Amino acid sequence: MRAALVIAFKDLRQRLRDRSLLIFGILAPLGLTLILNSVLGGTDGSFMPKLAVFDEDQSEVSRTFVEDVLGQLVTEGYVEVTPAASAEDAENLAEKGDVSAAVIVPAGFGQAVNSGQPAEVRVVGNPDSPIGRDIARSIVDDYVREVNGVRLAVALVAGSGGEASDPAGLAQKAVQMPSPVTLNLAESEDRQLDTKTYVAAGMAVFFLFFTVRAGVMSLLEERRQGTLARLLAAPISSTTIVVGKSLASFGFGLLSMAALVIASTVLLDAHWGDPIGVAALSIAAVIAAMGITSLVASVAKTEEQAVGISSTVAVVLGTLGGSFFPVSQGPAFLAKISLISPHGWLLRGFGDLAGGGGVGDVVGAVLAVLAFGVVTGGIAVLMLRSRGIAR
Amino acid sequence: MLGNGIILECRDLRKTYGDRVAVNGVSFSIRRGETYGLLGPNGAGKTTTISMICGLLERDGGTVVVDGKPMSPSAVDAKAVIGYVPQDLAIYPDLSARENLRFFGQLYGLSGKTLSARVDEVLEVIGLADRANDRADSFSGGMKRRLNIGIGMLHSPRLLVLDEPTVGVDPQSRNAILDTVDTLGGQGIAVLYTTQYMEEAERLCDRVGIIDEGRLKAEGTRRELVALVGQRDRIALSAQGDLEATARAVSALDGVEQVNRHEGGLDLFVKDARRMLPQLLSTVANAGASVSAVEVVEPNLEAVFLHLTGKALRD
Repeated sequence: MRAALVIAFKDLRQRLRDRSLLIFGILAPLGLTLILNSVLGGTDGSFMPKLAVFDEDQSEVSRTFVEDVLGQLVTEGYVEVTPAASAEDAENLAEKGDVSAAVIVPAGFGQAVNSGQPAEVRVVGNPDSPIGRDIARSIVDDYVREVNGVRLAVALVAGSGGEASDPAGLAQKAVQMPSPVTLNLAESEDRQLDTKTYVAAGMAVFFLFFTVRAGVMSLLEERRQGTLARLLAAPISSTTIVVGKSLASFGFGLLSMAALVIASTVLLDAHWGDPIGVAALSIAAVIAAMGITSLVASVAKTEEQAVGISSTVAVVLGTLGGSFFPVSQGPAFLAKISLISPHGWLLRGFGDLAGGGGVGDVVGAVLAVLAFGVVTGGIAVLMLRSRGIAR
Repeated sequence: MLGNGIILECRDLRKTYGDRVAVNGVSFSIRRGETYGLLGPNGAGKTTTISMICGLLERDGGTVVVDGKPMSPSAVDAKAVIGYVPQDLAIYPDLSARENLRFFGQLYGLSGKTLSARVDEVLEVIGLADRANDRADSFSGGMKRRLNIGIGMLHSPRLLVLDEPTVGVDPQSRNAILDTVDTLGGQGIAVLYTTQYMEEAERLCDRVGIIDEGRLKAEGTRRELVALVGQRDRIALSAQGDLEATARAVSALDGVEQVNRHEGGLDLFVKDARRMLPQLLSTVANAGASVSAVEVVEPNLEAVFLHLTGKALRD
C-alpha cells in the first residue's frame, strides 16, 4: 500500500506541476459555469419564463384566467407577464424572443365556455425557449381542465334537476376534478436543479471525465516515456501500480468535484442540498468516470488515440446525460435516453438533493452510476490483464 | 547467493514472438563483483534477454535465478536485488533529479535519512549534485543518461543491469558513464552490461558473451574468446642493434609463432603477449639490441564476432 501511495503522490505532484488538474479539474468547469450562468441570466438561481398575454375576449372567464390564474403565478414568482396590445403584438414578442411564449385568449372564449362549445387558448412559443413554451402550455392546459371541470359540474347539477339536490355527491365529483392551476415544478420524478446549481453540476460532471483521464492515461504516458518498464522492474506487483494510478485518479476526481461544489456555493449561491448525498453522488461519479476512461484506455492502441476516444465519449455522454441542457425539460424520450449515461443519473440525483431529498432518495442514482463504473472498470481490468500492461 | 559466488544464473532462456525466435537457449552466469558483457548487434536478443532477467517479460522457457531467488514478473524479492537501467531514458522529465531518485528509492523500500543520504551519494557519483533540484527536462542528453543510471544504482543493488546505456551519448558523457560502471565492480556489485560497441565490452567486462540471432555464440574472457578463434597477439618492437641476431633469439622462445624483421625493429606474433613480454625484453637485451618502444596489439572482439557470426558488429 505504501508503494501505491508513493505512486499516487508522484502522479499528483506531476498533475499539479503541469497544471492539468487545475485547468481541467477546476478552472475550466468553474469558468464555463460562470459564463453559462451569466448567459442564462440566472441572477436569482431560477428560470422564470416571460409570457406576453393578450385578452381579446375580455369576458369574465378570460379575466379570471388572466387576472386570477396568471396573476397568482406572477405573485408567487413563477412567471413574468407582459400585457400585449394585440394578438399580433403578442406573437411578435414571442417570435423576436422577447418573451418565452405568447398566450392569446381569443374573442368568444368566455361565451364558448358558458355555452358548452369548444373553447381554446392560443399559445405561441418562442422556438429558442422550449422550457418557457412548455410552462405556458402547462398553465393553459391546467386552466382548460379546470374550466372543463366546472362545466362538468354545471352539467351534473343541471342533470340533477337544476338544483344541488345532492351536494355530497357533487362535492365528491368536484374532488375528483383536476386541482386548481399549478406548476409541476418539483415532483419526485423530475425535480429540477436551479439554473446555477444545474450548470455547476453539469460542468462538474462533464469535466470530471477529463480530470480523471489524466490519472488513467498516465499508465500510457509511463509506457511512452519508458518509466513503466522501470516500475515493473521494481519490487512491487503490477497490481500495486494499478492501485497507485487509481488512487491518483480518484483523488483528482474528488478534488475537482469538491472544489466545484464549494466554489459554486460560495461564488454563485448554488444549492446542492444534503452534503452526504452530494458526497455519495460525487464518489460514484468519480468511479464511473474512472471505469469508463479506463475502458477507453484499455482498448486504445496509443496515448493519442485514447485521448481522442475518451474526449468523444465524454462529450457524447455529457450531451446525452444533460450536462449542457436540461434533457428532462425536453421530450420524454430524451429524458429516458439520458439515463443511458451516468451524467443523466447524476444530474437526476443532484436534482433530487437540491429539491430537498436526502441520501436515501439518491440511492438508486448512486447505484446506477456505480454500476457504470464497476462494469466498465471490470472490463478494462480484464482487457489490461489479457494484454499485459507491460506489452 | 548461489554457489561459487554466483549472483545470476540463466539457463536455456527462450522467447518467441509469433514465428520469430528472439532468444533461443541462452545460458550464462555472473559472479559477485564481476562485470559481464552481452555483446551483439541490434536485434541480437540482448534486450529481450535482459527483460526476462529483470522480470519484465514472461519466459517461454528456461530459468533465471537471482541471488538464489527464482525470477518472474511477480517475483518481488528477486527484483529487489536488481538495479535496472533501461536502454531508453526512463526518467520523469517534469520532476527534478532529486525527485526522480527519491521516487524510485521509495519504491525499493528506502525512506527517511537512509533515502536522503543515498540520494545525495548517487547525485555525487553521477555528477548532478549541483543540478539536483533542476527538472530533468532541462538537462542535456548526457545528464539525463547519467540520471537514468543513477536511479538504477540508488538502492545499492547486488546486480546492476544496464541495457546499452551509452547509445546516443556524446563522447564526454560516454566516458563518464563508462567510468561510473568501471568503479562498480570494485565495490562488489555484479554488472550485466549489454552493448554493441566492442571497445566498451573490452574496457569494462571481465567476461563477455557474444550473442547473435538469439543465441549465445560464445562466452569467456576476452583472451579466452580470442584463443577460441585462434587469433594471436602482435608485439611491435622498435629497436636498434643486431636485429638479425635478435630475431633468431626471440624466434627460439616458446610461444613465439612468427617474427618479421624490418628497418627499425621487429614484429612478433605470439600466443600471449602480456605473459611473455618480460622474457621477450630480456632476450632482446641479451641479443645486443636496445628497445626504444614496445606496442602490444591484441586481437579484438570485433574480429572474434566476425569469425563467429560471419558479419561485423554494426551490420
